[in-house]
Amino acid sequence: MSTQPQIQPPPMNFQSKAMRFNTGRRTVTNYFVGGLSILATVVVLAPLVAILFYLIYKGASSLNLAFFTHVPAPVGEQGGGMANSILGSGIILFLASLMGIPIGIAAGVYLAEFGRGKALANAVRFTADVLNGVPSIVMGIAIYSLVVMQQKHFSALAGGIALAIMMVPTITRTTEEMLATVPHSVREAALGLGVPKWRTVLSVSLRTASPGIITGCMLAFARVAGETAPLLFTAFGNQFWSFKLNEPIAALPLQIYVYAISPYDEWHRLAWAGSLVLIVLIMVSVTLVRIYANRGVLKGGS
Amino acid sequence: MVSSTRMTIDKDPRPSQTVNTLPVPPSDLAGSSDTGPSGSAPSLIRDYLKQRGSGRLADSSFATAMTICACSIFAIVIFIFSILVVRSHLSLVQFGWKFFTRQAWDPVAGDFGAFPFIYGTLATSLLALLIAVPLALGVAVFITELCPHPLRAPISFLTELLAAIPSVVYGLWGVFVLVPLMRDVIGPFLLKTLGWTGLFSGPNFGVGLLTASIILSIMILPIISSLTRDIMTAVPNSQREGVLALGATRWEMIRIGVLRNSRIGIVGAVMLGLGRALGETMAVTMVIGNHPEISKSLFAPGYTLASVIANEFSEATGDLYLSALIEIGLALFLVTIVVNAIARMMVWAVTRGAPARVG
Repeated sequence: MSTQPQIQPPPMNFQSKAMRFNTGRRTVTNYFVGGLSILATVVVLAPLVAILFYLIYKGASSLNLAFFTHVPAPVGEQGGGMANSILGSGIILFLASLMGIPIGIAAGVYLAEFGRGKALANAVRFTADVLNGVPSIVMGIAIYSLVVMQQKHFSALAGGIALAIMMVPTITRTTEEMLATVPHSVREAALGLGVPKWRTVLSVSLRTASPGIITGCMLAFARVAGETAPLLFTAFGNQFWSFKLNEPIAALPLQIYVYAISPYDEWHRLAWAGSLVLIVLIMVSVTLVRIYANRGVLKGGS
Repeated sequence: MVSSTRMTIDKDPRPSQTVNTLPVPPSDLAGSSDTGPSGSAPSLIRDYLKQRGSGRLADSSFATAMTICACSIFAIVIFIFSILVVRSHLSLVQFGWKFFTRQAWDPVAGDFGAFPFIYGTLATSLLALLIAVPLALGVAVFITELCPHPLRAPISFLTELLAAIPSVVYGLWGVFVLVPLMRDVIGPFLLKTLGWTGLFSGPNFGVGLLTASIILSIMILPIISSLTRDIMTAVPNSQREGVLALGATRWEMIRIGVLRNSRIGIVGAVMLGLGRALGETMAVTMVIGNHPEISKSLFAPGYTLASVIANEFSEATGDLYLSALIEIGLALFLVTIVVNAIARMMVWAVTRGAPARVG
C-alpha cells in the first residue's frame, strides 16, 4: 500500500460541456422515472378509490333492514333481502374453517418443527405454494366430481370442502413463517424442563406464534369469503332459508353473481348492496388482522 | 415439576393414578430417599420419571399426525389431478390432443374443441400483464425506494386492499362502470388514435377482450407489486450504498443496484401474476362477452377456459359435453401448476434467506 505520488491523473474538468450535459441528462432521467413511479401508484390507487366510492354510493342507498332480514323476493316484486345468503355464507365458511384450519396449522407445524431441512418438507412447501395458485374454478369442478356426483345433489358440505381446500395452503405457509420467528431459546427452555416435544410445540411454539397464525387464518378466511367460482357447482345457491348441510345453500358471492348478470334493476340494486356488505366484512377482518398482526410481531419476534 | 403436574391434567397418555403421587413437597422427597433401603429402591423422582415414560409414544404419534396433515396437501393435488383425468376420460379418448387445436364448439352435435378458449385466455392474460407489469413495477419502486417513510405503510396497505376485493365485486363494477366507460369513452378514443393498427376494429359493445384484460390487470396488480416489493426489499442495502457511493443518481441506483439484482425474482412475480390471470373466473366471465370466436380485434367478445366452465358446466347435458368441460379444467389445472411452479422457483431463488414479511 505504498503511495506513489509521482503518478498523477490529469485533472478532471467538471465544468466541460459534455460533463454538464451528462449530469443534466442523468438528473432529468432520475426525476422523470421518479415521476413515472408516482404516477403508477396514483393510477393503481385510482381504481381502488373508484370501486370503493361507487360501491358505497350504490350500495348504501339500497341497504335497509329488509336486506338483512328477508329472503329474496320473486322477480318483479320490490323489496326482499339476502338474509338467507348471509346465513348460508356463514355456514359454508364455518364448515370450511372447521376442516381447513386444523389441517393447515398442522401442516405448518410439521414444516416448521419437524421437517426442517428434510426433502419431504421442501416438497410439501412447494406443493402448498403451487396449490395456492390453482384456479378456484378447477377446485369447484374437482369437488363437484367427487362429492356432488356421488351424492347426486348439490350441498353446503361440498361448498365447505371446496373452500377448505383453498384455505389450507395459505394457512400452512403463514403458520410455518410465524413459527420460524419463535426464538429457539424459548423452545430449548421448555425442552430443558423436561416438557415433551408435542407439549412444547402446542403450548410454547404455537402459543408464542398465535397472533401471526390467527392473522394467517383470518387472511385465508377473507380470501375464501369472496370466492364465487368454487361454489357455483357445489353449494349452488337457493332462494329460501336452508340450514341443512346436505342441501343446496345460498351464499352471498353466489347471489351477487346471479343478481349482477340478471336483467332486472331491482336485482342490480340488491347486488350492489350485497357487494357492499361482503366487502365491508372482508375489509374489516383484513384491517383488524393488520392491527393485530403488527402488535403480535413485536411480541412474538425475538 | 409444577408445570409437568399441570400437564397431566390435560391429556398426558400416562395412567391417571400417578397424578395422585405427584405433588411431592421437597421435604417429603428427601425423607423418603433417606428411609428407603439404599441402592435397591429408587427415589420418588426416579420412580415418577419411570412411570411417566419418555413420552416417546406421545411424541411420535404427534409427529405422525402432523406429517399426515402435511402429506394431505400432496393428497389434495393428486386427488384433483386424478379425478379430473378420470372424469374427462371420455373426451380425452374421443378427441385426443386435437382437442386443443380444434375450433368447433357444438354441444348439440357433440363436437368440441378448446382452441377459441385457449386463445381468449392467452390474449386476455398477456394483455393484462402488459398493462399490469409496468404499473406494478412502478408501485414497487415507489414504495421501496422513493416513498417517504410515513406514507409507506398506508400505500402498501391500500394496494393490498385491492387484492382483498372479491372477484365478483370486480365483475359487478366492470359490468356497470367499466363496460359503459369502454363503450362510450375509451373505445372511441382508442379507435381514433390507434385504429390504424387494426386491433380496434369492428363494433364496440363495451364487453370484450380489452375490457376483460383491464379488469384482470387490476386484479393481478397487487400480487405482482407486493411480491416485487418483497424481492426488492431482499436486496442487501450494501448494494444500494455501493452504487450510490460511486456517484449514481437515485434512479441509477435502483436500476443497477436493485432491479438488476432482483430481475429473476421479478420475472417470477410476473409469472405468478400470469398464473392468477389464467385462472381468474368470475370477473372475466362477466365482462368478456362469452362468445367462442377468434378475432383480431380487441373489442370483439371472447371466451376463456375458466369462463366457459363457469357458464356451461351446470347446464351441460350429456356425458361428452361434461367430459369436454372437465378436460378444459384439467388443462387449466396443469398449465397453472406449471406456470406457478416455475414462478415459485424463481421467487425462491431470490428471496431465500431474506426475513419473512408479515401480512
